[in-house]
Amino acid sequence: MSPVTSDLSIWIVILALGIGTFLIRWSFLATLGDRDLPPIVIRMLRYTAVAVLPALVAPLVMWPAATGGQPEPARLSAAAVTIAVGVLTKNVILSIVAGATVLFAMLYVLG
Amino acid sequence: MAPFPAPGPARGGGAGKAPPRAPAEIRALARSPRASFLHGMIATTPFLIVVVPFALLFGVMSQEAGMDLAQTMGFSILVFAGASQFTAVQLISDQAPALLVILSGLAVNLRMAMYSASLVPWLRGASAGKKVLIAYLLIDQSFALSLQHYERHPRLTLPQRLAYFFGSATLLCLPWSLATWAGATLGRAIPDDIALDFAMPITFLAMIAPMLRTPAHLAACGVAIVLALVFAGLPSGLGLMIAALAGMATGALVETVMERGKATQG
Repeated sequence: MSPVTSDLSIWIVILALGIGTFLIRWSFLATLGDRDLPPIVIRMLRYTAVAVLPALVAPLVMWPAATGGQPEPARLSAAAVTIAVGVLTKNVILSIVAGATVLFAMLYVLG
Repeated sequence: MAPFPAPGPARGGGAGKAPPRAPAEIRALARSPRASFLHGMIATTPFLIVVVPFALLFGVMSQEAGMDLAQTMGFSILVFAGASQFTAVQLISDQAPALLVILSGLAVNLRMAMYSASLVPWLRGASAGKKVLIAYLLIDQSFALSLQHYERHPRLTLPQRLAYFFGSATLLCLPWSLATWAGATLGRAIPDDIALDFAMPITFLAMIAPMLRTPAHLAACGVAIVLALVFAGLPSGLGLMIAALAGMATGALVETVMERGKATQG
């Protein structure tokens, strides 16, 4: 298979990705309609956000692409502070600001 | 009053004894759909701090990968899913074949099937057209914010829930497109050493932390993190799915065990 170089092949990627992503998002909303999910599934779904988002982020925190996959103190500290402030204050804005501040301060200090 | 039973957290308590309502609850229930829409927008505002730079970065990156403005905007408008857009553009610059680019991008987005399923109990009864629109606008932030809102106020009506979601999604999707366009147009004027890569992790962590309110949530999160790291070497998206499903199962298990513990004590 050849790499994606022509305009046409880029558009094919965009359309396929767009349609596929839409179908993924629409899947259960469309098919389940007004039927009830089994209780065990509902119970599991309650933990969707707290399982998916940390799983998505964990490798990015441990092995950031920007450092060639090497663990890096500024990003690790920023992540830790963001979580700590979020858990303690339950305030999303405050924890974003705290995390970003630590990230930039540490990057600046570490050069 | 909701025309159908609110799904709410199934933690014993019957519908008979309504607990006293907090002021925030009373305010949320009293909102017109229009006010709920605005409320959703306002609750989403802080996320612009990260959504805008993230979209700018996407605009810059896709220009560098050789895409024209229409294609760059095509990604942000037709796909509208940040992580998969970055994955696709990265693979395109790495000269990967089209099929691999498409499959990797879709794998990154598979988590959204779980979002779709999670919203079903809250949004049932919505028209088919609205469900199409919800599906198009369903991203991490609009999902996490809305679900948090629905769980906090289980007695909201369907129009209030829909309006909150659409308010949140509007404030995410318009800036996403505009900032992509700005990034693609302004291009190299944006410095590339300001650690924008970390905007997404910080936002997501900030969204998750306040949700860790029970041992079951903590267990779900912990298992998901450990397995995501263990399976990080698997092809993109696969490790995430395994880790997420195991985390969700753990959360459900811990919840069940704790309920049994309570039942035997009482």
